[in-house]
Amino acid sequence: MAARACSAEASGYRGTQMLTILFDGIAYGMLLFVLAAGLAVTLGLMNFVNLAHGAFAMAGGYVTVLTVNRLGVPFLASLPIAFLASAIAGFILERTLYVHVYGKSHLDQVLFTIGLVFMSVAAVDYVMGSSPVFVQVPGSLQGKFDLFGIGIGRYRLLIIIICGLLTIALQCTLAFTRFGSRLRAAVDDSRVARGLGINVNRIFAFTFAFGSGLAGLGGALGAEILGLDPAFPLKFMIYFLIVVTVGGTSSIIGPFFASLLLGIGDVAGKYYVPTLGSFVIYTIMIVILIWRPQGLFARTSSR
Amino acid sequence: MTVALETIDLSKRFAGIVATSNVSFRIAKGARHALIGPNGAGKTTLINLLTGVQRPSSGRIMFDGEDISGFSTQKRVGLGIVRTFQINQLFGDLTPLETIGLAVSERRGQGLDWWRIVGSRHDLVTEVVEILERFHLSDVMNTRAGILPYGKQRLLEIALAIACRPRVLLLDEPAAGVPEDERHEILSAVASLPAEVTVLLIEHDMDIVFSFADRISVLVNGALFVEGKPEEVASDPRVRAVYLGEEFADA
Amino acid sequence: MIARSTIVAATERLAARARWHPLEFAFWISAFSAIYLMPSQHLILTEIAWLGLFALSLDLILGYAGIVSLGHAAFFGFGAYAAALLAKYEIINEPVLAMLAAGAGALMLGFVTSFLVLRGSDLARLMVTLGVALVLRELANRYGWLTGGADGLQGVTIRPLLGTFRFDMFGHTGYAYCLIVLFVLFLIARRLVNSPFGLSLLSVKGNPLRASAIGISVDARLVAIYTVAAGYAGIAGALLAQTTAFASLEVFSFDRSADLLLVLIIGGAGYLYGGLIGAIIFKFMQDYLSALTPQYWPFWIGLVLVTIVLVGRDRISSWTAPVRSLSVLMDWRTLRSSQVTRPPERTFQ
Repeated sequence: MAARACSAEASGYRGTQMLTILFDGIAYGMLLFVLAAGLAVTLGLMNFVNLAHGAFAMAGGYVTVLTVNRLGVPFLASLPIAFLASAIAGFILERTLYVHVYGKSHLDQVLFTIGLVFMSVAAVDYVMGSSPVFVQVPGSLQGKFDLFGIGIGRYRLLIIIICGLLTIALQCTLAFTRFGSRLRAAVDDSRVARGLGINVNRIFAFTFAFGSGLAGLGGALGAEILGLDPAFPLKFMIYFLIVVTVGGTSSIIGPFFASLLLGIGDVAGKYYVPTLGSFVIYTIMIVILIWRPQGLFARTSSR
Repeated sequence: MTVALETIDLSKRFAGIVATSNVSFRIAKGARHALIGPNGAGKTTLINLLTGVQRPSSGRIMFDGEDISGFSTQKRVGLGIVRTFQINQLFGDLTPLETIGLAVSERRGQGLDWWRIVGSRHDLVTEVVEILERFHLSDVMNTRAGILPYGKQRLLEIALAIACRPRVLLLDEPAAGVPEDERHEILSAVASLPAEVTVLLIEHDMDIVFSFADRISVLVNGALFVEGKPEEVASDPRVRAVYLGEEFADA
Repeated sequence: MIARSTIVAATERLAARARWHPLEFAFWISAFSAIYLMPSQHLILTEIAWLGLFALSLDLILGYAGIVSLGHAAFFGFGAYAAALLAKYEIINEPVLAMLAAGAGALMLGFVTSFLVLRGSDLARLMVTLGVALVLRELANRYGWLTGGADGLQGVTIRPLLGTFRFDMFGHTGYAYCLIVLFVLFLIARRLVNSPFGLSLLSVKGNPLRASAIGISVDARLVAIYTVAAGYAGIAGALLAQTTAFASLEVFSFDRSADLLLVLIIGGAGYLYGGLIGAIIFKFMQDYLSALTPQYWPFWIGLVLVTIVLVGRDRISSWTAPVRSLSVLMDWRTLRSSQVTRPPERTFQ
């Protein structure tokens, strides 16, 4: 009698444990989505492989660290600052450097952006030092509360809310605004879009800046969960690339679900099979790429 | 007649579009068979199906009595089914000498030889030069294919297929884009093909078609419309109706 | 009737593709004489030797078959750990045999993973190759009891080569060893790229559609060259492990694969010497820059990469065109013929 009650309690615990992991995984996944969304659009729009995307995320993270820790700006207020800083950095770099590399081969783009990553990693190392930095998260966001036995981390809840709102806003912009339809046209077939009078280059400059800004925001939000040090772009590049290749680049729904899949998979994997950890993620990616080289969710485009 | 190549109810559907619709026809061994039809009729798709570049949605392809519908492109080449492309598909960085040399050495089964230097076999080089001379390419044999004039590229395109010693040769608009004064080289190359080689020719130029073919199939909207001897097809009112308003593209 | 002269010209032209050029003799004579003439530089020369071999292996797949790989370090690292472990646990005591065994293992790993690079776009290949290298790095990290984990594999002793030649602190044995291995493998690679098989690889790289349309099994050829390249990379890794008696996780790192791409790009892909020349330039550059700013040298690497791409690889190789034209003029055999044509430019696009 007592044994059955114990096992019922144990399985109930396992159930809520699973839900907690699910919650953490969703938070992680949505964070990854915000981080990787810009990369997905860049790749889909201009067929440009930007391995330096993580550098913008890192920039946002460090900006937040500086404004919150040193300038005393409230955490929530530092988020838009991080977004703006990364967006401006993205805009400047795009107009000055990236434009010269658009027409080049993928190999050239890879080499170029790897070069940028190395430079930014070394520069941040020089300026900020190589040890991890931490954001002083306000007390109201720390800790967790209990909801039907599920541990809801406050910070992770904030991430889900902010990222969720962003995702909805992005999808609405894409689906319901004129800019969104121009963007979707340009992604689908930029030659035809140009022929229709759509200024693809201006769309790209804006989208690149916006995507970099999103990455910066993601970096700011993620500093607490993912850890922030100069090696951030290198450590997380593979995750962004997984999101983009698995999710495809013809929409943002694909990367969204790919991010969730990846987030939940990574958290669950590290919890249930700790000896293998990230190994699970890389293997899943390889398997998916063999099975569907164009990504799980991509429409086969006319290109 | 011995049938070289045959299709049985061959169909190809892409999302909503029927590119090839229940095509059944036979090409006799040694025939000079032409395939004509308006633009978008599905002629190139048919060649892609015959050569294995695309897989049929239904139907079968028979070669020498054997069902080859599932065979890969390279396996079909091994059987002797070779094609040329409407838009030149050459190896831009290789010279005609290297290109034909490659085709001949592959055909001779030396493709996996990683030790011998290319061109060290005298009999191979002789055969390569013989092909280059036949197609008037020996004066440009050391020029990279990517910078050859268009007419020479087109000759190389055909020479490359010939170097594979095809039993069935599928020519996709061999004279396409070739200026008037260079056409005779292409035409004489096509006309001088060995008699035992079966040739299926896609062309828009009716002069070429009627001087070359002993049998013509007309393809319209992916389906076989009319088939018969050149005189029959030329005088068929339905064919003229299909072509009415269509310009006979000279290129 | 075909002219005999045309056959002769064709035979001569094909033979000229594969003929040893005077500059090549100069290169290898210099390399071997450095064994006796530059004893103080043997340590860095040893590094250049195995790095050049590593870059050569990448050239085989990138410059000749067009496969873009961001994870070639997977095979390098495998070879390194294999050689180190074979020595540490005294499974194979003789270094040359161990090197061959490590290379064979890397070769098999290459064969097994080769099917991953057959399908998909350049980006997919980049991802998959990177993924494989990261998987191996994770495995090496997890099985720390075997590999030494993040600290690296300690306590490796390398026995004397062939029982007689001891490895020393100054790299004398090491350099001669690595150079000989490099030279032998280079000779084999040189035969390979000038063979019908090598020619078929170029056709696959240039136009895979047409290659299959003339009867070439594209997939089979790619698997073959990828496997060979993996074996070469594994041997390079084994040489690193044996000359330093050490192996650590960073042999699998992304940095390694990225540096390798840079090495090959500096020297130029597609003519076999690019990796070797690139290795020389890279190592001396690294030596110099590390002395300047030891911790931040990746910054300079990044700057070089960005500059190379912005200037354009084509433009850089056109700077070396005068050198190549000069090298054609220098060749006493072509001086005889009336036409001096530029050697075919294998520019990787």
